[in-house]
Amino acid sequence: MQGRRKLGRGVALVGAGMSKFDVFRDKDSKHLFAEAFKEMLLTVDKGIDPRDIDALYLGNFTNDFFVHQGHWGPIMSDLLGITPKPATRTEGACASSALAFREGVFAIASGFYDVVLVGGVEEMSKRSTEEVTDGLAMAASPYEATAGFTFPGVFGATATAYFVKYGANREHLMNVTIKSHNNARLNPKAQFNVSIRDIMNSRIERAKSKRQTIPAWRDEKEFLRDPKANPVVAWPMYLYDCCPISDGASCVLLVGEEIAKKFTDDPLYVVGIGQGSGKGLHAKEDLTYFEATRHAAQEAYELSGFKPEDVQIAEVHDCFSIAEIIHLEDLGFFKPGEGYKAVEEGLTRLDGPKPINTSGGLKCKGHPVGATGTGQLVEIWKQLRGEAGKRQVPIKDLRIGATHSLGGTGGTCTFTILERR
Amino acid sequence: MEKRPFNDVSYEQFLNEEKLMGSKCQKCGALFVPPRPICIKCYANEMEWIETKGNGKLVAFTCIAIGPPFMIKEGYDRTHPYVSGVVELEEGARVVARIEGVDGSKPESIKIGIPLRVEFLHRGKANNLTTFLAFKPLDL
Repeated sequence: MQGRRKLGRGVALVGAGMSKFDVFRDKDSKHLFAEAFKEMLLTVDKGIDPRDIDALYLGNFTNDFFVHQGHWGPIMSDLLGITPKPATRTEGACASSALAFREGVFAIASGFYDVVLVGGVEEMSKRSTEEVTDGLAMAASPYEATAGFTFPGVFGATATAYFVKYGANREHLMNVTIKSHNNARLNPKAQFNVSIRDIMNSRIERAKSKRQTIPAWRDEKEFLRDPKANPVVAWPMYLYDCCPISDGASCVLLVGEEIAKKFTDDPLYVVGIGQGSGKGLHAKEDLTYFEATRHAAQEAYELSGFKPEDVQIAEVHDCFSIAEIIHLEDLGFFKPGEGYKAVEEGLTRLDGPKPINTSGGLKCKGHPVGATGTGQLVEIWKQLRGEAGKRQVPIKDLRIGATHSLGGTGGTCTFTILERR
Repeated sequence: MEKRPFNDVSYEQFLNEEKLMGSKCQKCGALFVPPRPICIKCYANEMEWIETKGNGKLVAFTCIAIGPPFMIKEGYDRTHPYVSGVVELEEGARVVARIEGVDGSKPESIKIGIPLRVEFLHRGKANNLTTFLAFKPLDL
């Protein structure tokens, strides 16, 4: 398959690793990135000498103000013992490591480097929820912040516009949450590797042991409707519509296509990459899609020659439940206004025709913002190579997967298509 | 004629003077609120300041229970959510703003499409004065 655009040289992914995503009081950014790096080394089937790495691209958003330390490129290259090789930090809010990945691809495609390490890290949990909310709001447009908008607030407003235009409601968003939890239950690296049903059962057990009134939730949706169990954050975004505050790191190893077999007999090829930028909330003509995602998708489809229906599995940036539904439409998987119906019909489940966020997504796997873009690639790496364990999708001849990242309120979006040959 | 530069500093000064101002392209007539220094429709160089009438309608909104520190200082919290929204002005441009005079703890009572009127919220003291753009329902 050959698209209209071309990379100067093919690029392959030959290793991928991540730390567990969670809240860690005793692990800092360096610790987490070292964990991701060590796991990545183990996934390179024929081995890699870290001294052969030509360059590092590192995505990070908040460490300047949450950790009060900037200039993370050389801190990490020193940590891994790869100085004096160049280390470059990329920032694109929640898409920071997705940008690092693109830089890595371009560096190899240009012929300048042969082996590039790409990753991301974030350390967020040592700050209060209010501080994190305030810090992340720096990635919104300045007008949004002064109007009081938080990130959940921006997506809450987006949801109200979507509801009015397409007739969806809060119950439809719950389908996304329930699916994400069901998938994350099968992912030991996920921050919340429990289903909603598991959470309900543990709350009921706790109430019994404390001799409190036993909650009478009949199903998952009744639990999610209960304001005590699921309080509002920024209406109509409730706690279970929002990704958590997380710490974590992830990385992947990229090499020139013609040398990929030196590292593994089973590489993944980077066949499509795309990136877009988007206007602030006030300047958007329509709040129910992200122009940056649509542009990124168009670029990636053009490069790959693939169409949305060719993509068999994808990780998309579900920072909020409504976001996942909109991405499904912007990426062309479903028509505008049809995304919420597709989720309701189970089409995006692990065993559905188009599995989405098999890792549990940002909602349940966790969202250490700078680590998310390459973290999504780790999931697709596992799925396409048949190494996803209990959450391995049952699709026959699985060979094309994709990842989608979104930074800020849609200011930066990326789309990447990987192929196993 | 108003000579202030077409930037956010001027925009905020105008808000402080209780004017919601935008920039209008003298060539193609496109209106931008907040002001843009460049017409992104036709790329002409000549812009002029226009004062909007301050009338609009609600396009989208959210009721925020967990806000940033400056909103918490105003007394908003999990039991007293505030409302932020997107407002389409009579002139066509859209702005993001606080929505006052509605009950953030009863989101179902707030309807998209309701007519709104501009308000200016002055906060802080003499040397550190900030004015926030807000709208409230017209029938209030």
